Amino acid sequence: MTSKKDKFISACATLARGEAGRTGDWRAKRPIIDLSKCTPCKTGKPSCYLCWLYCPDGTVGRGMPVEIDLTYCKGCGICAEVCPTKAISMEVEEDFLDADCGGRTEAERVPGES
Amino acid sequence: MVKVRIINGNEAAALGAKLSGVQVVAAYPITPQSKIPETLAKYVESGELKAEFIRVESEHSALTVCISASTVGARVFTATAANGLAYMHEQLHWAAGARLPIVMALANRGLGAPWTIFNDMQDSIAQRDTGWMQVYCRDNQEIIDSIIMGYKISEQIHVPMMVCFDGFVLSHTVMPVELPDQERVDAFLPAYKPHLQVDGPEPLNINPVMLAEPRADARGVACPSYMGFRMRLQKTLEGAEDVILQVGREFGDLFGRHYGYLLWEYRTDGADTILLTMGSLANEASLAADQLREKGYKAGVVALRVFRPFPAEALRKALSQVENLIVFDKNISYGYEGATCTETKAALFDSGLRPVITNFIVGLGGKSVSPADLQSAALAALQQKGRINGPQWLGVAV
Repeated sequence: MTSKKDKFISACATLARGEAGRTGDWRAKRPIIDLSKCTPCKTGKPSCYLCWLYCPDGTVGRGMPVEIDLTYCKGCGICAEVCPTKAISMEVEEDFLDADCGGRTEAERVPGES
Repeated sequence: MVKVRIINGNEAAALGAKLSGVQVVAAYPITPQSKIPETLAKYVESGELKAEFIRVESEHSALTVCISASTVGARVFTATAANGLAYMHEQLHWAAGARLPIVMALANRGLGAPWTIFNDMQDSIAQRDTGWMQVYCRDNQEIIDSIIMGYKISEQIHVPMMVCFDGFVLSHTVMPVELPDQERVDAFLPAYKPHLQVDGPEPLNINPVMLAEPRADARGVACPSYMGFRMRLQKTLEGAEDVILQVGREFGDLFGRHYGYLLWEYRTDGADTILLTMGSLANEASLAADQLREKGYKAGVVALRVFRPFPAEALRKALSQVENLIVFDKNISYGYEGATCTETKAALFDSGLRPVITNFIVGLGGKSVSPADLQSAALAALQQKGRINGPQWLGVAV
């Protein structure tokens, strides 16, 4: 544990996707995008993207259509708040659990994580 | 030829830092500060010491600067006392948790209220649980030596160290001090290498939020939780005694003054009565022990040189024949008793040793403690029948 081989002397993280673990399972509410209201999808032009700009965890993609990475989205709801067309709604996460295991399968669960 | 200078404890601390080749010094001149930063500022200004002296607006910031500089690979130093140390409290935890080998000189002084600028050990004892090592010096020679050794120990195990010495009693009192030769110090103390390179090819985010459970990083490697890192700090401190002893012996081989011990002992051979204390009070205690020996008591002294990690095993050994243990604390955990008394009792519990232990609270706020005071306290303790609960306040009539 404290031998010279132990590389964990103090805590640190690299600048990599998922370095803080799969934070998607913190989520109590899931953002659902109504593409018929979403500005880039509606207009066919790469515009708006306020959800992408404001997401504190970088889980919103700036593509067409706009997609949210549920593996890491913590469900904070900022995207829904800033969306000028109210295209994003926050739905209760539990309602999706049976359908998709909360965004990942049981096999994807990290060992040691509850 | 050995160079001897007549200097006070503050100058000894500053010289210790200078000889150790510190690269960053950050300190704040609140009252009570000491002459240590002032002396180091002079060395930096005159070019004698190639270091950055960073002026800050508080002790909290002083230690924060040290934390940052140590993180990126500088050997850093700071000095404070009393309320200044209390103001560093949050960052003391941070420095230990971040595992940074910072060495701090601490001129022990009492805490307000009421206001005092004088000596006791309440300031450092109150920081006992921050994860720092704590060494207590008996004289000015030990201050300079302990700082040099401090860097070697800290940098080996990545744990910061406080080198504590009695305010005024040592900090403002001159005595002869042998100056270690710079070339030998350089040979003794290799360059500091930080345990992380934050700005390497793969930049690091340091000390991020740790969850309660271990997590897998982006590569799938399981990383410790908060508790895992905290356990590592504890395990490292549990193993630190060996490093302290080894470095103390190495220092002795090079400089002629051996520190291969955790407890300073005086006339403990065949002693059934031990006066236990810390810091410069060990000197008065040794005179008291002499006087007690003359009166026919088999008295000796044990002084804790290292308080964190706590030398429990060494104490059990040193006190194995003791019937009367008289503990003099220049601190108190209000509502209970002196800290060294509590911890010594705890260390003895497992061994089944049951000496009669009497605790005296002494010297708070600079109240002088003479060998005669200690001797009469010891005699009173020896003449009492049975055990006394709670600490006694020595010489406090009003």
